[in-house]
Amino acid sequence: MGAPDAVAVAGCTDLMVVDTATGRRHGAVVDLQRLPELAGVRDDGGWIDIGAAVSFSQLRREALVAEHAPILVQAAATIGGWQIQNRATIGGNIANASPVGDSLPVLLALGAELVLASSSGERRVSYADFHRGYRETVLEPGGLIVRVRVPHALPDQFQGFKKVGTREAQAISKVVVALSARRVEVGGQEHLADVRLGAGAVAAMPIRLRRTEALLEGAPVGADTATRAAREARAEVNPIDDARSTARYRAHVLGRVVRRLVGDISA
Amino acid sequence: MSEGWTLSVNGEERTFVGDGMTRLLDVLRESLGLVGTKEGCGEGECGSCSVLLDGDVVCSCLVPVFQVEGRDVRTIEDATAVPGLAALQDTMVTEGGVQCGACTPGIVLTAAVLLERSERPDRAAIREALAGNLCRCTGYERIFRAVEKLVDQRPRGAL
Ligand SMILES: Cc1cc2nc3c(=O)[nH]c(=O)nc-3n(C[C@H](O)[C@H](O)[C@H](O)COP(=O)(O)OP(=O)(O)OC[C@H]3O[C@@H](n4cnc5c(N)ncnc54)[C@H](O)[C@@H]3O)c2cc1C
Ligand code: FES
Ligand code: FES
Repeated sequence: MGAPDAVAVAGCTDLMVVDTATGRRHGAVVDLQRLPELAGVRDDGGWIDIGAAVSFSQLRREALVAEHAPILVQAAATIGGWQIQNRATIGGNIANASPVGDSLPVLLALGAELVLASSSGERRVSYADFHRGYRETVLEPGGLIVRVRVPHALPDQFQGFKKVGTREAQAISKVVVALSARRVEVGGQEHLADVRLGAGAVAAMPIRLRRTEALLEGAPVGADTATRAAREARAEVNPIDDARSTARYRAHVLGRVVRRLVGDISA
Repeated sequence: MSEGWTLSVNGEERTFVGDGMTRLLDVLRESLGLVGTKEGCGEGECGSCSVLLDGDVVCSCLVPVFQVEGRDVRTIEDATAVPGLAALQDTMVTEGGVQCGACTPGIVLTAAVLLERSERPDRAAIREALAGNLCRCTGYERIFRAVEKLVDQRPRGAL
């Protein structure tokens, strides 16, 4: 990206808010929304391949995304109002790396991978390995998120998404949970397999609830499993305690949302 | 990044000379004198600075002018920005959807886009479309009714 102080921008919905608040100035500015490498959604051998500069409005309109990643469409519809969705990009949401970014738990649940580019070339990373801590990622300084890849949905795959915030649609959310699991029939009873559970706003970064996933793996579909998962999720997290809500409230809400999502599988 | 930026505003080519990170809102209001676009929060929350960028509604307080180079901007000053804009402005007044008026340009533009794209939006669809437009005065009910009135006036398609 050339000059050392060059900054890459996409929808500017995070960047301009900070610039206006701080009076910060930039040198060279690169518009990622004009780079064809970061544009469009395409089908790529078992994956859907989404350009990092694709806006949430565009994601909501893409048939491929609706078919394979309905929870990504659901999340996109909750990110700000129309004005924000028309500008905000999925790559910007990821790069901003906020613990409350709404698309992030979804990408964890979907088992997404990222194509990253830097001066040393292009590489792929599993999205589950991308976040390192509070607003800390494996992206090199000056590095770019180029594409976001999501595996095709399987016929027996369940996907669920829920966001609990203070204000519908506009909220900087309090708890966001996304779930993906396969329903496998064993001896006349459906059991869960390949469970991935992503959660936002319950830690310094978006996380997979690994203990709850382990509990769900192989468990029978039903209300009892949902209740046990809720208990495990509450015990597993250590929610950030800030002005928006107390740690206990967040853990409580998380449990409620997990129970609802797991319960929805049998519905 | 001080350069000349050329954009189409309400169908006319305009040039702004200055920092490319200047907010489109400031270019419109201060350089071009188009003060119909209002500033509320300055951080994307209220929607009073809404304009159309290539036909889509955006917050002009979050758009740096360099990104608008060569693109089409429509503001509330352009009565033809969206089909049906003028009719909606009238209905907003007759239904009492306008009080202080600070939110009105943004709401009218946004709702006009909804009415253009959707034949019979219901209350939920109207609410969703206007989720990014805050109104401190009206409590929204009269605004929703103004939009619904235009929906009701539309001929019902043969079923
Ligand atoms: C009113 C309002 C409501 C909002 N509501 C929500 C919400 O409900 N949920 C939510 O999750 N977020 C919300 N946001 C936050 C914001 O819209 C999202 O985080 C958005 O996805 C950011 O994308 P962008 O393209 O606008 O990023 P930009 O602002 O353009 O960029 C943000 C940062 O990421 C970097 N960046 C951008 N793209 C890339 C890339 N491809 N590779 C590397 N770096 C990159 C930029 O350099 C910059 O530092 C809201 C914001 C506002 C103003
Ligand atoms: S002034 Fe732009 S959204 Fe409030
Ligand atoms: S009429 Fe005053 S803010 Fe809406």
